[in-house]
Amino acid sequence: MAFLEVKNLHVEVEDKKILNGLTLSVEKGQVAAIMGPNGSGKSTLAYVLAGKDNYKVTEGDVLLDGESILEMAPDERAAKGVFLAFQYPVEVPGVATMTFLRTALNAQRKTRGEAEFSTPEFMKLVRETSKHLGIDQEMLRRAVNVGFSGGEKKRNEILQMAVLQPRLAVLDETDSGLDIDALKIVAEGVNRLRSPERSMIVITHYQRLLNFIVPDVVHVMAKGKVVKSGGKELALQLEAKGYAQFADEAA
Amino acid sequence: MPAVLETVEQVRCIDVDQYKYGFVTDIESEKAPKGLSEDTVRFISAKKSEPEWMLAWRLEAYKRWLTMREPTWARVDYPKIDYQNAYYYSAPKKKALASLDEVDPEILKTYEKLGIPLREQEILAGVVRPEGERRVAVDAVFDSVSVATTFKEELKKAGVIFMPMSEAIREHPDLVKKYLGSVVPTSDNFFATLNSAVFSDGSFVYVPEGVRCPMELSTYFRINEANTGQFERTLIIADKGAYVSYLEGCTAPMRDENQLHAAVVELVALDDAEIKYSTVQNWYPGDADGKGGIFNFVTKRGDCRGVRSKISWTQVETGSAITWKYPSCILRGDNSRGEFYSIAISNGHQQVDSGTKMLHLGKNTTSRIISKGIAAGKSNNTYRGLVSAHRKAKGARNFTNCDSLLIGHECGAHTVPYIEAKNSSATFEHEATTSKISEDMLFYCRQRGMSAEEATALVVNGFVKDVLQQLPMEFAVEAQKLISISLEGSVG
Repeated sequence: MAFLEVKNLHVEVEDKKILNGLTLSVEKGQVAAIMGPNGSGKSTLAYVLAGKDNYKVTEGDVLLDGESILEMAPDERAAKGVFLAFQYPVEVPGVATMTFLRTALNAQRKTRGEAEFSTPEFMKLVRETSKHLGIDQEMLRRAVNVGFSGGEKKRNEILQMAVLQPRLAVLDETDSGLDIDALKIVAEGVNRLRSPERSMIVITHYQRLLNFIVPDVVHVMAKGKVVKSGGKELALQLEAKGYAQFADEAA
Repeated sequence: MPAVLETVEQVRCIDVDQYKYGFVTDIESEKAPKGLSEDTVRFISAKKSEPEWMLAWRLEAYKRWLTMREPTWARVDYPKIDYQNAYYYSAPKKKALASLDEVDPEILKTYEKLGIPLREQEILAGVVRPEGERRVAVDAVFDSVSVATTFKEELKKAGVIFMPMSEAIREHPDLVKKYLGSVVPTSDNFFATLNSAVFSDGSFVYVPEGVRCPMELSTYFRINEANTGQFERTLIIADKGAYVSYLEGCTAPMRDENQLHAAVVELVALDDAEIKYSTVQNWYPGDADGKGGIFNFVTKRGDCRGVRSKISWTQVETGSAITWKYPSCILRGDNSRGEFYSIAISNGHQQVDSGTKMLHLGKNTTSRIISKGIAAGKSNNTYRGLVSAHRKAKGARNFTNCDSLLIGHECGAHTVPYIEAKNSSATFEHEATTSKISEDMLFYCRQRGMSAEEATALVVNGFVKDVLQQLPMEFAVEAQKLISISLEGSVG
């Protein structure tokens, strides 16, 4: 069985059906790209995996390492290793990024029954991780995402991912709003986290990101389900021909 | 049924956690006869072996009180208080202690449980202290009397007087006569007048000219006895160029009935003096249904009497069923400065009506108000403030920032600012916001692994950060924990 199994998933948001029997498997260590036009349900899938409220699952199941996670609270899922890099990272005024990271990491460790990190251990971990992402100490002292540029926000997401070391990372349009230099830094950060123990779902609109984060497989979504899967060359094909060709297949 | 037992156990733990100071100390006490009359006032005065002038002062206040009415303008709602159905004086038996060794071990244990060290030897020699931690001298007030004051000798060397009010009346009558009631007159308001008649103890501080008080001073108030009101009176005087930082903490047992706490605090800062007064108020707030809890009707006022003097109030209000409290500054001296930093948290059925008054009388006086109100559960949280500039207060400046945060759907936050400028050179700025903890913010935190409560505590701590920074270090850590505990159960 694959590490992540999404089986015939039907999801409604405010009585509107968004996912229509989506089925998807992601193997351990695999990087899967999910592409698709606006409104195809990509972000909904990301939120449902993370456990956001108001996303009503009417049918189907999501298994992580063989265990259904649909009944779990978002923090339980996080402790099980589910991480979502947000398309629009949220501002938390007055809470230093460092404090946020530490609270999150220790909360997860506590849930898993692991010992909390000591201050020096934690500082060392964050310093080393942030260096690669071009995040300086000053940024870590600032309140989470408050006054951050688009690039800083996305780098901050990757920093959190690097510190939390998830088993399943879902990157929701991490490339949106980034110029090419920022995109490279973020992609390098993600590539550094590729590991045989970590699965990733990279949601994107454009093929551009996939030049930097080269996926193992590409899935195409339309109208709330996966309509085509293939290798990385599928992304190039999409770039050339557009999404229109799949619209009929979903119908 | 282990699962059921476990649940029961868990619920019990949560309850205890939510108000962990709710225990009662079993101790014999001596009380005044129930009710309030001239005899009660005489009884208290006699218990304290007070001089005649003090009794006269009290009796005058009592007579005045009889003609006064309880104020009704605050946004709080409570059953009528029966002033005859309470005790106005309660003291642990065994009096006239020569040293700490004679303090009833039960009382020492109480303060130990509360984490308040009363034995200097222990404070000095005992546990290894983290580097940089400052020592704090403590005056412990148990029901109506002060039971211990630490570091008296060391403070005396610096010329600082720190003692229970009842002792100060006997030992420093000139200072007490000169300053008592000079900031909050006996006729000030219903509760202050009541306090003037029946106050039993409290702390007295005098810091002489040019002296920087060598350590933080602190009073720890504990109500223990049932049906007893606590009426303490605190007077702090910083003479010219002096500096003192004072902390106040308070707790009470969990009881079904409401108990009255009506304190008066007066601060006097002379030329170039500075007083920093911090409170962490954690009186019993009542149970989940709003039963019991302390009625906290407190008058706190500071007088910046001298030029360039400064008074700063910082308060963290998490307890009490009802809070009615407006620590204020009279900015009399030219170039004097008043500050008010407040965090008021209400949960369950708590009602808070709190704020400040900044009265600009002198030239170029400045004041700053930062108030953070957090309402959860079914509580109501009101900021009420007055900023006024007198005709002669040329160049007065005030900056006010009032932020309210709502958690849940059944609570309320209200802001009632009054601004009066009687001269055209005054500059008053007022900013106010009301926000709700957003679902997106909580989801973001929870996705990172925090429980709903951890997430709320983190967001709230971020919200109150500006004020927490004003608290002395040790208090800030305590306050942060307290905020988390107060909000337990506020998110589902």
